[in-house]
Amino acid sequence: MGGSGSRLSKELLVEYQDLTFLTKQEILLAHRWFCELLPQEHRSVEESLQARVSLEQILSLPELKRLIALHRAAVKIAMQSAWPSACNTANPFKERICRVFSTSPTRDSLSFEDFLDLLSVFSDTATPDIKSHYAFRIFDFDDDGTLNREDLSQLVNCLTGEGEDTRLSASEMKQLIDNILEESDIDRDGTINLSEFQHVISRSPDFASSFKIVL
Amino acid sequence: MSESSASTLPPGRPSRQAFIHQESLSLDSSCFSSPPVTFLQELPSYRSIARKRTTILPRDKQSGTLLKPTDSYSSQLEGEITENLDNQSIRKYALNISEKRRLRDIQETQMRYLSEWDQWKRYSSKSWERFIEKAREMTTHLELWRKDIRSIEGKFGTGIQSYFSFLRFLVLLNLVIFLIIFMLVLLPVLLTRYKITNSSFVLIPSKGADIQCTVYPISSSGLIYFYSYIIDLLSGTGFLEDTCLFYGHYTIDGVKFQNFIYDLPLAYVLSTVAYLALSLLWIVKRSVEGFKSNLIRSEEHFQSYCNKIFAGWDFCITSRSVADLKHSSLRYELRADLEEERIRQKIAERTSEETIRIYSLRLFLNCIVLAVLAACFYAIYRATIFSQEHMKKEIDKMVFGENLLILYLPSIVITLANFITPIIFAKIIHYEDYSPGFEIRLTILRCVFMRLATICVLVFTLDSKITSCDNYPCELCGYNQKLYPCWETQVGQEMYKLMIFDLIIILAVTLFVDFPRKILVTYCSSWKLFQCWGQQEFAIPDNVLGIVYGQTICWIGAFFSPLLPAVATLKFIIIFYVKEISLLYTCRPSPRQFRASNSNFFFLLVLLIGLCLAIIPLTISIARIPSSKACGPFTNFNTTWEVVPKMVSTFPSSLQSLVHGITSEAFAVPFFMILCLVMFYFIALAGAHKRVVVQLREQLSLESRDKRYLIQKLTEAQRDMRNRLD
Repeated sequence: MGGSGSRLSKELLVEYQDLTFLTKQEILLAHRWFCELLPQEHRSVEESLQARVSLEQILSLPELKRLIALHRAAVKIAMQSAWPSACNTANPFKERICRVFSTSPTRDSLSFEDFLDLLSVFSDTATPDIKSHYAFRIFDFDDDGTLNREDLSQLVNCLTGEGEDTRLSASEMKQLIDNILEESDIDRDGTINLSEFQHVISRSPDFASSFKIVL
Repeated sequence: MSESSASTLPPGRPSRQAFIHQESLSLDSSCFSSPPVTFLQELPSYRSIARKRTTILPRDKQSGTLLKPTDSYSSQLEGEITENLDNQSIRKYALNISEKRRLRDIQETQMRYLSEWDQWKRYSSKSWERFIEKAREMTTHLELWRKDIRSIEGKFGTGIQSYFSFLRFLVLLNLVIFLIIFMLVLLPVLLTRYKITNSSFVLIPSKGADIQCTVYPISSSGLIYFYSYIIDLLSGTGFLEDTCLFYGHYTIDGVKFQNFIYDLPLAYVLSTVAYLALSLLWIVKRSVEGFKSNLIRSEEHFQSYCNKIFAGWDFCITSRSVADLKHSSLRYELRADLEEERIRQKIAERTSEETIRIYSLRLFLNCIVLAVLAACFYAIYRATIFSQEHMKKEIDKMVFGENLLILYLPSIVITLANFITPIIFAKIIHYEDYSPGFEIRLTILRCVFMRLATICVLVFTLDSKITSCDNYPCELCGYNQKLYPCWETQVGQEMYKLMIFDLIIILAVTLFVDFPRKILVTYCSSWKLFQCWGQQEFAIPDNVLGIVYGQTICWIGAFFSPLLPAVATLKFIIIFYVKEISLLYTCRPSPRQFRASNSNFFFLLVLLIGLCLAIIPLTISIARIPSSKACGPFTNFNTTWEVVPKMVSTFPSSLQSLVHGITSEAFAVPFFMILCLVMFYFIALAGAHKRVVVQLREQLSLESRDKRYLIQKLTEAQRDMRNRLD
C-alpha cells in the first residue's frame, strides 16, 4: 500500500529480528502499517523511524483504512481487520498499553520501535516472563509498582465494560477483590506485587492464549 | 515509628508505609553509595528470585527510563550481563528497543575480550538460532489452514479458534487412519489388481463350510433407472457394494509376492487395532496438558478468579461487537461465580428437610431423563428393524422418494432424537437446582451421552438382527444368512449412510435455515419478530458434539468399510469451510463464550467418550459374532479375532509361551494389583504435597511479616544515623 518505496534496510531488519520476537514478515507488515499513519511526504525510512504517532492517530487507523478502502476497490477487507487489536477501539486496555510502551517524555505517543516492542511482547513466541511482566505494568493503573485494591477494581471495570449499568455493584466488587487477594496475595500485605503476580500467572491456564495479538 | 504501633496497624497499612520508606530510602542511598540498588533487592529472597528470572529487571528501574541519565543504567546492565554470561538472547529482557540496542553493544564489546574459541562458540550458536528460526518460519507455512484459523482467532477470540483447531486435528487424525488402512490393506490389493508388481492373489481354500452359507447374491444389474444410481451413491448399495469401499470386496486370503505371502486377514485385523490404538494415544497425548491444568483448577476453585481477571481479556479480539460480547460474557461469568459461591453457602446451611426434598426431586427428574433416553433408543430400534425388513423385499416396487426414506429411516430418527432431546434436557435441568456451572456441564454430558449412545443402539440393533433367525436354525452359519449374506458390508453401508446423512444435514441447515434467517434478519429488521429471533448463534458445544458424532461413526465404520476414514476426511474438510463461511457471514458468536483452556480439554474428553463407545460394538462384532462365510477375508474363521491366535500358534514355542503367559489370568491379576498400588501411592503423595503447600504458604506469610518488620527497623536506624551525622 502506501509505503511501497520505503523498505527497511537489511541490517535494520536483522537487528530488529535479534531484538524482538517478531519474524521478518511481521516487522515489514508493522512498518507498512506505521507508515500509513504518517503524512504522504514523510514516508521515507529515516523519517518513519524518527516519527512519533499520537494515541489518537493510532486509534483512528481502522477508520482511516475504511476510507481508503472506499476509494480503492483493490484494498481488501482483510487489511482492515488485520490492524493489531492492541490499538483497536475494541480493546479496553488500549490507553494503558500505549502508556506502557511509549518512550516519549509525556507518554502519549509511540515511535516505530515502541510499536515493534508492543507487537513483540504480544507475539506468540515471546516468553511467559516477558508477557507477565508487561501484563503487570498494564494492569498497574497508577504506576506505583503494586496492584492494590483501586487497580483491581479499575481492572474489573475494564473487563466488564465501563458503563453505569454494566458495572458490578459495590458489594459484588468487594467480594470479588477479596477473592482475588485471597488467591494471589501470598504475603498478605493487601497488594499484589510483581513476583506474586508472576507466580499466579505462571499457573493460569488461559494467560498464554489470551495475552497475544494475532498479526 | 514505634514497634507497637506497627504491630497494631491493620494488615494493609504497614506495607504501604514500608513501601514509601523504601522509595525514599532508595533515593537517599543512591546519593550516598555508588550502586543504585535498593536494599530490598539485597534480601536473600529477592536474590533467589532474580537468579531464577534473570530476564526481568526490577520494575522501578524502568519507570522513567528515558528521563534518567543513561550512565547509571549501563553500569547496571553491564553488571547484569557479567552476572549471566551464558549469553541469553537480548530480546528476553523486558526493555524497549533502544535499551536493548545498548545492551547488545555492551555485549559485543565484551565479546572482544573473550577468547577466540568463545567468540566462535557464541557466533555459531547465534547463527544456529537464526537458522532454527528461519526453519520454523518455513514450517508454519506448511500448516494446514493456518491463515484461516489465525484470522478467525483474530476476529472471534480463542474460544472459537479452539473449535476450528479441533476440527483440523480430526482431519489429520482421519487422514492418518486412512493411510494406515491404505498401506496395510488396500495397497497390496491394488498393486496386484492393476498388475503394478509381479504378484498374485491367493484365493481362500474352500473349507467344508455349508454351501448355503457361501451364497452371496449381489443385486443383479437388470434395467437400472437413473435415480437408482443416486440411491446407490447415497446408501452404498448396488454398484458401490462390491467396490473396495466395503468389507465384502476383500474376499482373498493373501497376496503372493515372489516367495512371500502377505497375510491379508491378519493385516486387516491389525489395521483395525492399530487405528484404534493410535487414536487413543493421540487423544491422550493431546489431553494430558489440559488434564493437568484442569486438575489444578478443580482443587476448590484454585485461582479461578485470578485466571478470570488477569487472563480474562482476549487481546486477539478486534471487532467491536465481539468485544461487547466478551464484556458481557465476562460480566456474566463473574456474577455467576459470585452467585455460585453464595449458593454454596446456602447449600451448606440447608436443612435436612430441604435436602431430602431436593434429592427426591432430582431422583424423579433423572428418572424422566432416563425415560426420554429409553424412548429415543426404542424409537431407533424400531426404525432400524423396520428399515432392515423393508429394504430388501420391496426395493423394486417402490418409488424414488419412498425408497430413500426407508433406507434413511434410522438416520432420520437419530437426527430427530438428537434435535429434540437437548431441548427437553435444558428444560428439565432448571428444576434440579444445581449451581449454574454444574448445570451447563450436566446438560452437555447428557447430550453427549445421548448422541453417542444412539449410534451404539443402532449397531446393537443390527447385531441382534444379524444373529437372530426367525424360523430356521442359526446354527448352520452362526448368523441370519438369508437376510444378511454379508453382514459386515451391511453394517458398513449403515455407517456410510449415517455419515452422508450427517453431512447433508449440516449443509442443509447452513444453506436453508441459517442463510435465509440471516437475510430475513438483516433486510426485514423493521419487523419486531425477526429482530427478536436474531441471527443463528454459533454455539460451540453443539458444533463439537456434531463433529465428535461424525468421528465416532467413522471409528465404528472403518472396520466394516475401510475407505470410510477417507470419506470422513473429505467430510471434515467440507465442514471446515462451511462452518467458516457460516461463522463469518450468517452466524453470530454465542454470548456465552468458551475459554480455550477449558474447551480444549472438554473437546478431547467428549472425543474420548466417543472412542470408548465406538470400541464396545467393534469388539463385540470382531470377537463374538461369527464372521460371514460368503464374503470378506475371514470366511474360513469362526470369528474375526481367531486370526490372531492362529498367527500366535505359528510363533516359535518360547515366544508362544511368553504371549500365553502375558495374556493369562496369573499375570493379569497381579499386574492389575500392582497398578492399583502405584495409583494409591500417587494419590497419597498428592495429598501430602497438598498439605505441604498449605504449610509453606503459612510460612511465607509469616516470613513476609518478619521482613516488613525488619525493614521498618532498618529505616528507623538509618534515619537515626543520618540525624546524628547532621
